[in-house]
Amino acid sequence: MQNHATRDLIVGLFVLVGLATLAYLSLQVGGIEFGAEKRIELAATFDDIGGLSVRAPVRIGGVKIGQVSDISLDAESRPKVTLAVDASVAISNDSSAAIRTAGLLGDQFISVELGAEDDVLADGDSFTYTESAFSIDKLVGRLVHDAGVSD
Amino acid sequence: MIGLIRELGAQVTTGVEGLGRVARFGGHLLSSIPRPPSRFGFFVRALFDAGVLSVALICLSGFTVGMVLGLQLYTTLTRFGAEEGLGAVVGLSLVRELGPVLTGLLVTGRAGSAITAEIGAMKSTEQLDGLRMMAIDPMHFVALPRALALTIAMPLLNGLFIVFAIAGAYGVGVWRQGLDGGVYISGLEDAVLFGDDVGQSLLKSLVFGLLLGLIATFKGHSCAPDAAGVARATTSTVVTASVCILLADYVITALWST
Repeated sequence: MQNHATRDLIVGLFVLVGLATLAYLSLQVGGIEFGAEKRIELAATFDDIGGLSVRAPVRIGGVKIGQVSDISLDAESRPKVTLAVDASVAISNDSSAAIRTAGLLGDQFISVELGAEDDVLADGDSFTYTESAFSIDKLVGRLVHDAGVSD
Repeated sequence: MIGLIRELGAQVTTGVEGLGRVARFGGHLLSSIPRPPSRFGFFVRALFDAGVLSVALICLSGFTVGMVLGLQLYTTLTRFGAEEGLGAVVGLSLVRELGPVLTGLLVTGRAGSAITAEIGAMKSTEQLDGLRMMAIDPMHFVALPRALALTIAMPLLNGLFIVFAIAGAYGVGVWRQGLDGGVYISGLEDAVLFGDDVGQSLLKSLVFGLLLGLIATFKGHSCAPDAAGVARATTSTVVTASVCILLADYVITALWST
């Protein structure tokens, strides 16, 4: 009987530890959210989004506040990016959204530079000022072109 | 020529017949789940044999697989100056593929074969007939707890494997190669998503466990009742279950990504 009790205890421990690893993988690594914190959706239209992809982070001064939830073309066929942003962050009306690259070849993300207005953006609003992706291709192209002109 | 065609026909018939027997066996197994009496004690014992006794193997294998991944990927990624990607690559490959598949294959060798051999030995010593004589369904008494235990143990062991492998890759990447620990972990957490990756991993390990449980108990029940038969059945379990796991892995991956 004693033996059974020990074995049952070990099996119970095994199940608990297994469930704990699965919970760690789901919650911490997988980033599943229960009763997800309130998010608002903001739109930003760019000329060129470069290699930006859905789920790219949105940051203010390097701190993550949300992510890109959708990329589509607006009515005038310009790239339109929808950002899902933490509702508790106040983003003033005249803030600008810029597409930046982490490192030279790293992933692209959206950096929000806060403005000075008191009014803040609400769910469904759009950014007035945006800055497109910095493209090495274009830069090299312009350099080559300029070099050609100066000759 | 005619002989060859006849041979082919016979092969196909045997194959289909075998498939039908597995299906009937599976149906019988499934239908005996709700039947009283509950064999919970047997289930716990089977879980001990299949799950707890595999823990050491799974943890050690996971840790070494993680270390190898960390070493190999780090040196390759360094060439592109992309060491920061180590966490993402290690996490995705482990959670999506390596975790469930390697756990499936290891558990097949460690626990699946043992279950076939055990049931086969019971059959060859006429213990299963003995149970039937006492009006106890051996399917309910012997096969069901073991098949269920494999199904439950597989996702748990998969989780253990992945966590230990992540730790192994952390050890090599961070302590040996000098990558920043925070970069590794945040890369990992950014890249791995619950819906796409962890969900797929769980589904895979559940399906693998189910397949292995079915195959291992079926092979034991249908083996020839002598020493050579038990040996053949055990080998056959390992081969069949491994192939089935790899095939099912492809099918689930393909269906998931569409």
